[in-house]
Amino acid sequence: MIDFTILTDHFQEYMDGFLTTIESSALALLGCLILGTIIAVFRISPIKPLRWFGTAYVEFLRNIPVLITVFLFYAGGPVLHLNLSGFASGTIGLAVYTSAFVAEAIRAGINAVPKGQMEAGRSSGLSYIQTMRYIVLPQAFKIVIPPIGNQCINLIKNSATLGAVAGLDLMYQADIINSETFDVFSTYIFVGIFYLVLTIPLSLLFSYIERRLNRAY
Amino acid sequence: MDMDFAGALSPANLKYMMHGLGVTLEVAVWSIVLSFLLANLIAVLRYARIPVLSQILFVFVEIVRNLPLLLIIFFMFFAVPDVLKINITPIQAAIAALTIFESAMISEIIRGGLNSIPKGQIEAGRSSGLTYVQTLRYIVLPQALRKMVPPLVSQFISLLKDTSLAIIISLEELLRTTQIVYSQKMSYVFPALIFAALVYFVINYSLSLVAGRLEKRFNV
Repeated sequence: MIDFTILTDHFQEYMDGFLTTIESSALALLGCLILGTIIAVFRISPIKPLRWFGTAYVEFLRNIPVLITVFLFYAGGPVLHLNLSGFASGTIGLAVYTSAFVAEAIRAGINAVPKGQMEAGRSSGLSYIQTMRYIVLPQAFKIVIPPIGNQCINLIKNSATLGAVAGLDLMYQADIINSETFDVFSTYIFVGIFYLVLTIPLSLLFSYIERRLNRAY
Repeated sequence: MDMDFAGALSPANLKYMMHGLGVTLEVAVWSIVLSFLLANLIAVLRYARIPVLSQILFVFVEIVRNLPLLLIIFFMFFAVPDVLKINITPIQAAIAALTIFESAMISEIIRGGLNSIPKGQIEAGRSSGLTYVQTLRYIVLPQALRKMVPPLVSQFISLLKDTSLAIIISLEELLRTTQIVYSQKMSYVFPALIFAALVYFVINYSLSLVAGRLEKRFNV
């Protein structure tokens, strides 16, 4: 039922797609961590307009489909006289979308550290930044890692949306392979295996890290 | 920036997009009901640790959870009918794919809820003379359900957003109809996409407010 010659004959295309999926996910992950941290800082800042902006950003993005952010860049680029490739618009869209979830995870982590910790740090003569750096953030980090790990896996899975905007990823390459082999079942079984090769070890790694962090308490 | 709100949201276009919203909601409601039923079955069978079956279900859940939903939808529409020699419409394929994917996700939420109930509760129920099924039904599930409501609602919100992935099998749901509308003119792109985003936002945000209220009421 599964034709293995498809994998061997089209290995190059599969690998191209697989590497593009990894590249896009890695770039989007980096982008969403940076953007998400900035938004989380906005959400806990003492300046009201920044807090409002952070809340609006997170609530809006969390409640819309990922494809809308991708299409905003892909279809919206030419309107703004920016020509973004499918890969670029897909990766930017993914980064922006995931940053809302990352921001929420970081904010929840920082809020989970009891207020007394900040007060204790401040009364011991540490500055606000020092207290954050040495007292609050190390404790928040443990709480933040598991949800960020989840988001990382979601991001890899969501990167399949690149296939909807000609992003050269696994889904896109599979479309090309399928148009040559006409064996849609086998072609996409291998696509699934390539995704699992990425996501299952990462899931195991994150649950291992989660268990390790819990033990440290 | 070139934006023509009046043109993009003309009565004809709006009507078409609202038709898309109807399809989105239809797919979402069917998938929520079916995946919730299937997820309960998977979770209870795994919770009861029935040999072989619970291992098979573990593998099923882990594989499905770790695949992109987009791939499952595509596979359900193109590959499955090809192999089984059956005909399937885009809406059936979307509901089937969402049901499979979400039942794996939801079964983990239910299993987590069940596992959070101390074993002593089951032992107490069993010693009071209740059968295993009765203990699950009257002792474990009512307590577990309270803890499951908030994550369940957020999973349903994810499901509603994920119906838009059926765009790759050209199902005429909200995002697909939006895409058809904005393909008419460059100046329609932002108005149509912003409108669709707001529709998704209003529905999902209301759902999350309901979830927040339930969370307070159940005191979890």
